[in-house]
Amino acid sequence: MNNNAIMSKQTRRRDRLVQTRRTVIQGALAGGLAGFAGLVPLTRARAAADANKWPKDAFAQKNEADAIKALYGKTPEISDKVSLDAPEIAENGAVVPISVNTTLPGVTSIAIIVSENPFPLAASYPIPAGTAPMVANRLKMAKTSKVTALVESGGKIFSASKEVKVTVGGCGG
Amino acid sequence: MASTIRMRAVASGDTTEVQALVQHPMDSGFVKDAKGDLIPPHYIEVLEFQHAGKTVFTAFWGPAVAKDPYVKFSFKGAQKGDDLTISWVDNKGQSDSLVGKIM
Amino acid sequence: MRRALLLAMATLALAAPPVFAADTTNPQADFRAFRKYFTERFPKVPLNDFVNGPYSMDAGLRKQWEEIDAFPPYQFAVDKGKQMFDTPFANGKTYADCFPNKGIGIRQNYPYFDSKSGEVITLDVALNQCREANGEKPFDYNKDDMAALTAYMAFTSRGKPFAIEIPDDPRALAAYEKGKEYFYTRRGQLNFSCASCHVQNPGGHLRTEVLAPALGIVAALPIYRSEWGGMGTTSRRLTSCNSQVRAAPLKPEDPSYRDVEYFLSYMSNGLPVSGPGARP
Repeated sequence: MNNNAIMSKQTRRRDRLVQTRRTVIQGALAGGLAGFAGLVPLTRARAAADANKWPKDAFAQKNEADAIKALYGKTPEISDKVSLDAPEIAENGAVVPISVNTTLPGVTSIAIIVSENPFPLAASYPIPAGTAPMVANRLKMAKTSKVTALVESGGKIFSASKEVKVTVGGCGG
Repeated sequence: MASTIRMRAVASGDTTEVQALVQHPMDSGFVKDAKGDLIPPHYIEVLEFQHAGKTVFTAFWGPAVAKDPYVKFSFKGAQKGDDLTISWVDNKGQSDSLVGKIM
Repeated sequence: MRRALLLAMATLALAAPPVFAADTTNPQADFRAFRKYFTERFPKVPLNDFVNGPYSMDAGLRKQWEEIDAFPPYQFAVDKGKQMFDTPFANGKTYADCFPNKGIGIRQNYPYFDSKSGEVITLDVALNQCREANGEKPFDYNKDDMAALTAYMAFTSRGKPFAIEIPDDPRALAAYEKGKEYFYTRRGQLNFSCASCHVQNPGGHLRTEVLAPALGIVAALPIYRSEWGGMGTTSRRLTSCNSQVRAAPLKPEDPSYRDVEYFLSYMSNGLPVSGPGARP
C-alpha cells in the first residue's frame, strides 16, 4: 500500500519521526521524543502541562501521591461525575479491561493509577478539543489494588476509585 | 511485513469511534524468562492518532499497559471515507504507523 | 427350584464375560445423558452458551471477556494463520488441496476416525499430515505455528455446529470408549480426573480459576490465554491440564489425547464452534 499517495504534506513532514512505510526504525528516536512537539502547532494554547511529551517523571514515581503530583501538580477531589468501569475480580491481572467516562465539562486529560503496581501511573491521555472525555484500555495489575481514574477539568483534578481484586498477578506471578 | 496496528474506526453522524489494537510485547521489566533472567522493559510510550493533520488522541503509556494493547476513544469532526493516521513509538525507539479509513 | 434358577440367572448376569462390554458402548445414550446432566444442572444457561466455558458460568468474568473479545488480542494469531494457510508449499500446493471445501469452515468435523489407518485424526494431526505429504516438515504440536494455523481454521468455522461421526466400526467405538475412560479416570498426585473439575465442579473455583463445563469445552480451541500471553494449541492445553493435577503429561497428540478429544467433541455435537477462544 503506497502510504505516500494518501498522506498529506503535513504528515510527510513528520517522516523524521513517524515511518510511513511499514518498517521498524531503531534508535533514531532513542534520544527522546523531542520531535513530537512539532506535531502540534506551537500557537495552540494548552491548559495542561505540555501534553505532547511523554510524562517520564510521572511514570517513574513509585507511589500514587508522587505520581499524581508529578503529572498534575494538584490534589484530586472525588467526584461522582467521573465513572470508572473496572471488574470487581479481574479474571487475570495481565489483561484487565478498564474504562473511564465523565460528564465533567472542559476535560483536558484523563489518567489511570493502579496504587499497588510498582509504578502506579499506568496511562495518561491528553484530551484535545473535539475529542470525547472517554477512554477504554486494558491494563496490567500486579495484585489486588485500588484503581483510580483522574480527570482534569477546568484546571482542577477530579477522581473516582474502585478496588479490583486480582488473584493471578499480571507481572509474572 | 504486516503492520502491527489494527484499526476499526466507525463514523456515526459527526462522531467517530476508534478502536486500535497494537501487536507489541509491552514487557514490563518485571517478568523473568525461562532461564531466570529479567526480560528488559519494552513498551510503547506514545500512541498517536491524527485526522486531517490534527492530533485527535494521544495515549501516553507505561509498562502497566497490557500486552498487545488496546485503546478506544471517540472524536468529532470526521466523516466516513476520511483517513486516520495511527503511529506509535516505544522506549527502545522502535515505531510503526498505519493509515486507515474511517468507515 | 424357581428361586435357584433366578439366583443362577442373576449370578450369570453379574459375571457377564468382558465381550459384552464392547456391545454396551453406546455413544448416543452417553450423549443424551451428558447433555441432560449439564442442562439440568444449569437450566439458565442457553445450550449454545456452554461453548463459552467459564463465561457461561460467571457474569463478572463474562463482562471482561466480552470487552476483550470485541477486539481480541488473538487477532494477530488469526492473521498469521491466514497468511500461513494461503502460502503455498515449496512444491506449489497449498493446505486447501488437502482438505474438503478448500479447508475453510471445516473445523467442526474434527476429530474424525480414519478407517484406513484405524486412527483418530485431529485437525492438528491432519494439518501435519498435509505438510508431510507435500514435503514439508511437520509443526511442533505445542508451538506458535500450529496454534496460529488452527486458530485461523477455527475462525473460519465459527458458529458451525460440531458434527463428529463415530462410524459403525469396532475400532472407532473402541477409540471413543477409551477417550471416555480417560476422561473419567483419576490421575496425578492430586488424583483428579477431567470429570472431577469439569463435570463435578463447573462454575466452581479451583484456586483462582473458574472451571468450565465439559459440555462444549473443546469448542473454543485453540485458545489465547492471558496467562500465556499468546495463542496455544489443543495439545498445549491438554498437557497443562495434566501438569495441573501433577500427572505426567503425555506426548502431544498421544492416542489418549486424541481419544479424549474425540469423546469430548462428540459430546459437543450440535454446539457451535466458538474458537479461537480468549481465556484467562
